[in-house]
Amino acid sequence: MEESIKEEQNMAHAYTPGLKIKSMETVRKERVLPIEGTILVEVGDEVDFDSTLARTEIPGDAEILNVTEELGVDPGDVFDYSLKKEGETFEEGELLAKNVAFWGLVKNFVYAPFSGTVDSMSGLTGQMIVRQHNVPLEINAYVKGRVVEVLPRKGAVIETEGAFIQGIFGFGGENHGEIAIAVESPEEVLTEEKVAPEHQGKVIVGGAGVTSEAYRRALEVGVKGIVVGGLDVEDLIEILGEDIGVAITGEENIDITVIATEGFGVLPISERTFNLLKRMEGRMSAINGATQIRAGVLRPEIIIPYDDPGMKESGEEFSDGMTKGSLVRIIRAPYFGEIAKVMDLPVELQRVESGSRVRVIELELENGEVVTVPRANVEIIEE
Amino acid sequence: MASIQNDNAAEDMKYILVTDVGSTTTKARFFAKKEDTWRYVISGEAPTTVEKPYEDVTMGVLNAVREIEELTHHKILSENNDNIMRPFDGEKGVDLYCTTSSAGGGLQMMVGGVVKEITAASANRAVLGAGSIVMDILTMDDGRPPHEKITRIKNLRPDMILLAGGTDGGTVKHVANMAEIFYAAKPKPRLGEGYSLPMIYAGNVEVQDHVRKLFEEDFSLLVIDNIRPTLNVEKIEHARRAVHELFMEHVMSHAPGYLKLMKWTDIDIMPTPAGEGIAMQLLANELKANVLGVGLGGATTNVYSIFEKRFVRSVSANLGMSYSISNVCKETGIDNILRWLPFEKDVNELQSEIKNKMIRPTTIPQTINDLIIEHAVAREALRLGLEHHKTIATRLKGVTVERTVGDLLDQGLEDTYIDLMQFSVIAGTGGLLSHAPKRIQSLLVLTDAFQPEGITRLFQDSVFMMPHLGVLSTVDPKAAWQIFEKDCLVHLGTVVAPKGQSREGTEVLEIKLEMPDGTTIHENMRYGDIKKISLGVGETANIEAHPKRGMDMGQGPNKNIEGKVHGGEVGVIIDARGRPLSLPEGSDERMNQILEWNKTLELYDY
Repeated sequence: MEESIKEEQNMAHAYTPGLKIKSMETVRKERVLPIEGTILVEVGDEVDFDSTLARTEIPGDAEILNVTEELGVDPGDVFDYSLKKEGETFEEGELLAKNVAFWGLVKNFVYAPFSGTVDSMSGLTGQMIVRQHNVPLEINAYVKGRVVEVLPRKGAVIETEGAFIQGIFGFGGENHGEIAIAVESPEEVLTEEKVAPEHQGKVIVGGAGVTSEAYRRALEVGVKGIVVGGLDVEDLIEILGEDIGVAITGEENIDITVIATEGFGVLPISERTFNLLKRMEGRMSAINGATQIRAGVLRPEIIIPYDDPGMKESGEEFSDGMTKGSLVRIIRAPYFGEIAKVMDLPVELQRVESGSRVRVIELELENGEVVTVPRANVEIIEE
Repeated sequence: MASIQNDNAAEDMKYILVTDVGSTTTKARFFAKKEDTWRYVISGEAPTTVEKPYEDVTMGVLNAVREIEELTHHKILSENNDNIMRPFDGEKGVDLYCTTSSAGGGLQMMVGGVVKEITAASANRAVLGAGSIVMDILTMDDGRPPHEKITRIKNLRPDMILLAGGTDGGTVKHVANMAEIFYAAKPKPRLGEGYSLPMIYAGNVEVQDHVRKLFEEDFSLLVIDNIRPTLNVEKIEHARRAVHELFMEHVMSHAPGYLKLMKWTDIDIMPTPAGEGIAMQLLANELKANVLGVGLGGATTNVYSIFEKRFVRSVSANLGMSYSISNVCKETGIDNILRWLPFEKDVNELQSEIKNKMIRPTTIPQTINDLIIEHAVAREALRLGLEHHKTIATRLKGVTVERTVGDLLDQGLEDTYIDLMQFSVIAGTGGLLSHAPKRIQSLLVLTDAFQPEGITRLFQDSVFMMPHLGVLSTVDPKAAWQIFEKDCLVHLGTVVAPKGQSREGTEVLEIKLEMPDGTTIHENMRYGDIKKISLGVGETANIEAHPKRGMDMGQGPNKNIEGKVHGGEVGVIIDARGRPLSLPEGSDERMNQILEWNKTLELYDY
């Protein structure tokens, strides 16, 4: 028994796959309607960030009218007193039911709260369910590229080539704008005075964080997105108006999409990410802060489409493991945020300070110090 | 009880394979009968493949099983590696294969009723007991106007709806009204179009026809007996069965790859928490005790109580140790985390560290302080989980209870029947507990969070397999219990704790323990003390406890008790820190006190 448990622990090794930071990558985006509809594009079409790809209609909101109670009659009489039948349409303010009795001494009316259709009536409750007209819904391309596949009645797949950067955490949904660097170095925090009027409509790159004052200024200016290394928790709460409990974001009702590439706290944006964004300055980008850490992991992203055949990389999709010499980032205390080189990958479990016996990795920090950390606490830097 | 589809009688079986298809990992457990006793052999694990790009859950199952094959050299998969060979033919295959599943977020349900505290409470208990996550409970008295309810139903996209309301012969109009709200919302199932949403109606029989008229065409409607036929009767077992039936027929069959998986399994696929709940019930049955169980997961905390055979499950969907760790802080407040730390910690730094764990959930604590922080969060997640459970495990509301003058004077007559003095077993499962470097750490986390009273045995699992054993027990309870007892349950030990509070340093409990080697241990416990006495797994000792200063060991203030304590990997903990446990107010005083407790118990290796 003992042995089998040990083997179980042996198997339980995991490491976080590195987030992608690619200067040239082929990115495919599936764009799907929530319910079936009409597709407006064909395979081969070139599309821009805000091109409409597909359209549908979703049922309007319903409301329950307590007709017989309003009229002062029995629930079973709802059909007799209603002026509309199930399935009939009406305009806002139109008379839907009336009860005029005792030579006009009793006058009760039910008017339509909006334009729509009578969905159903119930003799048991005396209620009428009315529904607003269908609401049109469209989906756009989100990224500039070309249609490579049409999903009949559902949507389309857009392919583009360009820089692709995944963040670790973000909030705010899809947006697009030109990349602008607002700080001198990755260590600098984006403060109020660094947000300028010319940042209107742009995705600005900060350094080690963004203050809540800078965020407010960015709102005034009309910035579309902010990319930083870390997010200070107090600033985050001020920006969102509440704390984040579960890492499922993207539906926030805010105008600026924010992406952190490293994590929480004051953390400089990685050199590699910063330099790549600097090279992309002036180009249009698509960004999405939506993050989901649970099943079907979704990371925030920045896609910067551009065409430069010379830039195409032959790199692998994912490194399938760490080897001696690989560069990794440590993602947990006591060396959180440090970049290190893999020195050794011992097979045997080792005891760490907390008392746990785990798989470890020996690393050389940038200052030359050699340290041992749990293998689960590093992520590969994808080159 | 489920029936086995293949011809193998339970007693002839030699090998059993059980999987749990979790939202991130598919966990296979392989069991074998050795000399007439069932034992756990080995595990195989692989990422779950329900999401894109795979969208076929059986791939993850095959990968997990392949790992077992590699480790045991026992062939389980068919020639083409596309099925599980059954029965065992003397060389290869297994005699039984079954599985639980929580992939894709588990079974997500909405509940409707007339009165929140009465019919909806019963409906809620029924679907929770069936292993479901409750997305929302809508009632006529929930304070939301109809249009708000309609929008809510429309936006949530549940997997299934349970509508109850009204006693038989009681209100018709309100139940019909609630049904019409669901009808007006026209909810769309989460699993997409081309699938009619399953709905169970378990309300007033007089509204059944109206419900049929509304839902029969567009929904997969199942009308069952009223869950609350009268105010003082709650019948939820048939509703639980109905949930399982529709779960298989309508929900599972639409999830990617499940149609294939359903053909492989010998019995119905069960939601993971339902399996875990059955395992907890098995424990209660075998130990003949009231059991409080908890599954502390990465995203959710499930609490189970089996009190005088009444089984109740609660799920706190956003209290967990990885994906939702930050929500534990949000719910409890950062001060409640800080209070468990024996060292100074900057609040902003602590919040950042906790959020960094949320976004990188697979990382593990390297330093002792980091481990202590995780254990602090775990205490709060468990405490909140139990508080939530108490709101579900309640006496039936709406029943006229005859109260004596004494009852009326007793302000402490709470709605819940969860009284820790009445529970003699606490069992925990989940990554944080099983990965704790020392068993005493998980014992103290459970003790501080649940605060057991009187004499309480504590258990945890060794390898995650409670859901597996739960589903297995529906076919072969004997095999399931053999594995449970021998390979799954870790006996942590017993906590002896008097209820009540006193002044620091005063003598509150005298203990006499007759140890198995014939020696006698006497302990005079002062208020605020905690002590550990070694008593091994399988050993017992006779105990005499004399509470003083109004402290209560279960028989009333200052009343002596005698009994038996069971040993375990930790032993016996005599906990005179008081119930409810209160920590010193001043920060230095509090940190010193915690440090002292930690040292006494050798909790962490500084």
